[in-house]
Amino acid sequence: MLAIDRVGKIYANTVRALDGVSLTVSPGEIVAIVGGSGCGKSTLLRIISGLDRPSTGVVELDGTAVAAPHPKIGLVFQEPRLLPWLSVAGNVGFGLTSVAKPVRERRVRAQLDRVGLADKAQVWPRELSGGQAQRVALARALVGRPEVLLLDEPFSALDAFTRTDLQDHLLDLWADLRPTLMVVTHDVDEAIVLADRVVVMRPRPGRVLEEIVTELPRPRDRQSAAFDFAKRRVLAALDRAQQRPRSIDDGEAQSAEGASLWW
Amino acid sequence: MSAEAESLAPPLDRPAASTVSWRSSRWRTLALGLMLPVFAAVAWEAAVHFGLSDGRLVPPPSRIFATFAELAESGELWRHTVATVARVAAGFAFGVAAGTVLGALAGYSALARTIADPTLQALRAIPSIAWVPLFILWLGIFEESKIALIAVGVFFPVYLGVMGAIMSVDRKIVEVGRIFRLSGPAMIRRILLPAVLPEYVVALRSGLGLGWMFVVAAEFMGAGEGLGYLLIDGQQLGKPAQIVAAIVAFAIIGKVTDWALVAATSPLLRWQDVATSRAGEA
Repeated sequence: MLAIDRVGKIYANTVRALDGVSLTVSPGEIVAIVGGSGCGKSTLLRIISGLDRPSTGVVELDGTAVAAPHPKIGLVFQEPRLLPWLSVAGNVGFGLTSVAKPVRERRVRAQLDRVGLADKAQVWPRELSGGQAQRVALARALVGRPEVLLLDEPFSALDAFTRTDLQDHLLDLWADLRPTLMVVTHDVDEAIVLADRVVVMRPRPGRVLEEIVTELPRPRDRQSAAFDFAKRRVLAALDRAQQRPRSIDDGEAQSAEGASLWW
Repeated sequence: MSAEAESLAPPLDRPAASTVSWRSSRWRTLALGLMLPVFAAVAWEAAVHFGLSDGRLVPPPSRIFATFAELAESGELWRHTVATVARVAAGFAFGVAAGTVLGALAGYSALARTIADPTLQALRAIPSIAWVPLFILWLGIFEESKIALIAVGVFFPVYLGVMGAIMSVDRKIVEVGRIFRLSGPAMIRRILLPAVLPEYVVALRSGLGLGWMFVVAAEFMGAGEGLGYLLIDGQQLGKPAQIVAAIVAFAIIGKVTDWALVAATSPLLRWQDVATSRAGEA
């Protein structure tokens, strides 16, 4: 279990990026973190990954504090960040140094096969399309079989078709070993397609405003009324997070009776 | 000068996407570029042949070629070339070693950069030939002072190149190394070295180009052998053909060593071929 306990982050320039963020994520759960820019959602993800240290509070995985990058926590960045001097297979196997070479090669091949890029194993990263490169980045993060996979706006740089494609692909990959997924996104559709629970954050300083449990059956139909309903709830929460006048009426979302109308 | 300019140019001249039209236009460019020197050589050869000039101060190509062949046959050319190449090799080795170590330190540590860089930049502003009298006083008239001068010439481009390369390593790529918990040495070997290699090769090439430039200056300081000695000897004895032959020898070995450097490092930079030919797409 991943426990984030009253995590705060104050940068050297005294900007308070995060303030008292607490969140508990159970194994295999998919959590999406949404919020406007500057709400500290990427900072939170970097702290969980161990790349940055929190100013206050603690992140624990299965009861032990995470203070530095952890072998059981993987991270996929917004950009693929492949190493240009390694082949695709070399990139996927980059972190697998602790296993013997034949095992590594077998696992790399299996993982590449899994993301549908078996034929690209010996190609340089430069020769891949944006979507393919992000698939390789996913394979690189998953080949080490992490318990927790963090994704920082992983598909935001892709075109709409590739994006929905990769969202479905991510869920497909998740079903293999069911790691905990934490996805930072500013795409509400993406949050609802992927997540069991959507965490809405509020800026200056970054805090958790609301947690919305979607509980839609999978696979999720992006056109269904239930999907639309969940989307309205999240969008309304985002409005409140930005302290904007309400642009979306979520009156029925607030009451159980209203919700039941939509199911 | 042209050797320097050429060695400073990034290695963009590799044929990558060879199409027929591209190739034919390349041959055309080559032919057009050769037109002027070939015409001048033929014209001068003809002028001397028909007695329009005696060609004593400006020898015709045939005489230069004959001198070159003569020097090569007698073993003189070989002896002088070996002496020059040995000096460049030694100076290059010292310059590269010092430039790499100091450049790496200055690129890696802000403190080292703050301490060392202003002094080195000030030293760089001194025309390197100005060191010659001092080097002769300190190190004598023989090999040491010559090698020191070449090493100084090689040092600065290598130092600047390594420092710049390390400072410009992408933080995002370093974070990939951190996420996979690379140790310090592994981070250097698996992330930093491959990342700086392309710029390092460019720095080595410009260092080598300057090394060839400085060996001439060093051999002008008074040498018993070497291609620079052939130049001075040709001047003092009024043998312009020998001077031009030595210049041709310089051009050939300068180009050959640069090519050897590129050839030796290109297996490590194969990934970059694709990058340069597709740079526009990304």
